[in-house]
Amino acid sequence: MNAPLRKVAISVLVLFTLLIVNVNVIQVIRAESLRENPRNTRVLTDEYGRERGAIVVGGNEIASSVETTDTLRYLRTYANGPLYAPVTGFYSVLFGNRGIERAEDDVLSGTDDRLFGRRLADLFTGRDPSGGNVELTLDPAVQEAAMAGLEGRVGAVVALDPSTGAVLGLASTPTYDPNLLSSHDPAAIRAYDEQLDALETDPRVNQAISERYAAGSIFKVVVAAAALATGDYTPDTVIPAPQDYVLPGTDTDLQNFGNEPCSPTGEQPLIEALTISCNTAFAQLGIELGEDALREMAEAFGIDGEERQIPLDVAGSTIGEIDGDAALGQTSIGQLDVALTPMQAAMIAAAVANDGVLMNPYLVESVQAPDLSVLDQTEPEPLSEPFSEEVADQLTAMMTNVVDEGTGRRAQISGVEVAGKTGTAENAGPDHNWFIGFAPAEDPSIAVAVFIRNGGGTGGDISAPIARSVIEAHLQGRG
Amino acid sequence: MASPVNGPGTDPRAAIAPGTAIPTRRGTELLLLGFAVLITMAAHLIIDITVTGSPGTELATFGLWFSGLWVVAHVVVRRFAPYADPLLLPCVAVLSGLGLSMIHRLDIAGGQPGGADTTSVDAPVQLVWATVGLVLFIAVLVIVRDHRTLARFAYTLALVGLVLLAIPAVLPNSEINGAKLWIRVAGFSIQPGEFAKICLIVFFAAYLVDKRDVLALASRRVLRLELPRGRDLGPVLLAWVASILVLVFERDLGSSLLLFGIFVVMLYVATERASWLVIGLLLFAGGAFVAYQLFSHVRVRVDTWLDPFAYADTGGYQVVQSLFSLGTGGLFGAGLGGGRPDQVPVAKSDFIAAAIGEELGLFGLVAMIVIYLVLVERGLRTSLVVRDGFGKLLAAGLAFSLAWQVFVVLGGVTGLLPLTGLTTPFLAYGGSSLVANFGLVALLVRISDAARRPAATAAATPPKLTDAPTEVVQP
Repeated sequence: MNAPLRKVAISVLVLFTLLIVNVNVIQVIRAESLRENPRNTRVLTDEYGRERGAIVVGGNEIASSVETTDTLRYLRTYANGPLYAPVTGFYSVLFGNRGIERAEDDVLSGTDDRLFGRRLADLFTGRDPSGGNVELTLDPAVQEAAMAGLEGRVGAVVALDPSTGAVLGLASTPTYDPNLLSSHDPAAIRAYDEQLDALETDPRVNQAISERYAAGSIFKVVVAAAALATGDYTPDTVIPAPQDYVLPGTDTDLQNFGNEPCSPTGEQPLIEALTISCNTAFAQLGIELGEDALREMAEAFGIDGEERQIPLDVAGSTIGEIDGDAALGQTSIGQLDVALTPMQAAMIAAAVANDGVLMNPYLVESVQAPDLSVLDQTEPEPLSEPFSEEVADQLTAMMTNVVDEGTGRRAQISGVEVAGKTGTAENAGPDHNWFIGFAPAEDPSIAVAVFIRNGGGTGGDISAPIARSVIEAHLQGRG
Repeated sequence: MASPVNGPGTDPRAAIAPGTAIPTRRGTELLLLGFAVLITMAAHLIIDITVTGSPGTELATFGLWFSGLWVVAHVVVRRFAPYADPLLLPCVAVLSGLGLSMIHRLDIAGGQPGGADTTSVDAPVQLVWATVGLVLFIAVLVIVRDHRTLARFAYTLALVGLVLLAIPAVLPNSEINGAKLWIRVAGFSIQPGEFAKICLIVFFAAYLVDKRDVLALASRRVLRLELPRGRDLGPVLLAWVASILVLVFERDLGSSLLLFGIFVVMLYVATERASWLVIGLLLFAGGAFVAYQLFSHVRVRVDTWLDPFAYADTGGYQVVQSLFSLGTGGLFGAGLGGGRPDQVPVAKSDFIAAAIGEELGLFGLVAMIVIYLVLVERGLRTSLVVRDGFGKLLAAGLAFSLAWQVFVVLGGVTGLLPLTGLTTPFLAYGGSSLVANFGLVALLVRISDAARRPAATAAATPPKLTDAPTEVVQP
């Protein structure tokens, strides 16, 4: 029986070799992909086992981690969830991260290189590793005023500090409670998710930065800037402003809002055309300037189709393809394919407010170690210089006039000079309502864009008052 | 008993000059046992410190108890089987020690931050079962002074084995996780199949040795395969078919595969005819095909084996989690207490190898496999060396059953084979398995004692043969 026994012994050796080879394949060759497989809950429990850093606004933690006793150790909680949801996003077991939670995940989770020294120290001291904090540029008063103003509507408010590009407010409605998407109970998360899915407008979509809309008359600021930048125009230059304007090469009769005449004479100064938002004047002006001049100015404002990071992703704004003078005319009054995010609209106002220097918008003021020592401070930097300081002054004067005696009167604040431009954009549904502006006009500390989707009224009626309350909240906060 | 192949010529000790004392190697065994206890205690200490920050209060009690077990086992072997293979017991000690450590580790995983929050204490229970196992070990060594006496009870044992196998099938309340394998008494679950396996191996060995000449010689050629006459094969075939049927009824894929494999290999060893392996493979393929067609639970196992990730939330969940555990462990492992092996379902029993792979890494897991290999090959070596046919076949059957079980379980846990649901011998949590395997090792120790015992005292060998000064080579 020894011959077969020896063969059995060899077979056992072969079987065990198979096992060992297979284990090698799993633990060496496939190890990394298995480790990083999203289904591998170790990744999750590891992540939730570390104290995630806080998101800080005005010295208060608006997102922080609370230790629990359940399987996932730290629970993410949002102190004022719905108010800041458009910025913070959520931190969900089921749906991953959104908003700042995703954009600054490296810092918050503690894997960022800037936290390397800290991690090394944790390793030696045996301290539980924890993430860094992210301090945002938001002004709580601005954010509250913006969200309050938008309540009950679908819309967005973006407020910038024109001199730095710091985002003071980033509001989007409808909003949601990130706490309910960031809980540790998958069933509860799913229930809330279904509830949100059932809504007409998904609150998780950030209207301020993810969606682009027809700009309407606020685009006239860009056209005016292009005109002034040529040096051939001043605010007082008289331009044609007929009651009707048949777009060249078409039968399309372009009319003014409500088909009212812009001027009894059929022509008016540029400043007056902007003040009453004269469509025929700007359509003709745009055609006069030509596509290249207009496109160049639009791109200098950042309307170049490129996605931007603030560090949240901002969809690219564009003026679209322009096919002929008729299209150019429509483009010049912000219709056709002009599609701007509210963030881009705010950037237009900010560039005017900042003497023609467009600052790169940013949302993260600083990155802090868990002990609150500052690891990285954002340095404001210019994005572009669309026009000269002189042009900026002229535009400011024109926009001030819009609020003083034009379509933007409802943005007036007593004792403060407000500059602005309204917009009412035609689209498939009820009109979109825009307002962009800044204040105080002589030394602007805030530039704001307010957008209401399908508000139905005019930008002056619906959006301007919201801008006004946002500006007031900001100026009051500054004392 | 006729044994034409096995003569003194193949006995490696034939070359030893008469009068030379055969070393018992009991000292080696004691040293290795001490080493096994040391490794276990170190593992326990590391786990306690890593997970809770301080040595557990029960560490001293555990240490004393665990080392006491092996001291007693060693003393009993020294007294009742002095020539036994010195590696068998240390292999068992280190495997069961490693198992106890991992079970202890999974016990406290519940209290870990992010743990299951249910702190169960299975390690002390397992230690009690190890103690019961030791009692069986001692009983076997004390009662069975000569393994050949077992052959006399072959038919009785076959009956006992079949009855043990069948009990859960007829009992209500015997189902756990879809398989009817359990007897539940006063809070304890006993899996009689583990004991039935040993009874059946003894029966197979006795019967096959008895009939091996007939089986090997009085055969008919069918399709170039030499088949024995049905009446010679009858009883053993009957026992086997009965047990497979029972297991199929109980939905115990693992045990069916285990018994089938053991039976075929023992038949092959006994008859020395490779045709049995061919027939066995054909039967297996046929059986597997029929089972796949007939039983949905078999189909699920096969499908999830082919692509576990496609069924990651359902049938493939366990294997996928096990693969994650192993993959995360990588080469060096997360360190004892450093991983999350508790996230694999039934980590304490079926998937304890995954826990070892995660925390001790590839090196730890391969070391564990190699220890099993050493245990099995020492068992097979015993089988080669022992002189009587029954002892040979019994040792071979027992050793191969261990090997086959380890292969099937680890293959399942690592995705090499479909999951079948067997326990990792000595390592996994579970009383029946541990106790039964202690009994199995006791038999191997008994046979190895007979194999290595100096010829003068070995009752099996006529004195004149061992005195022969030259080798006798069998043709």
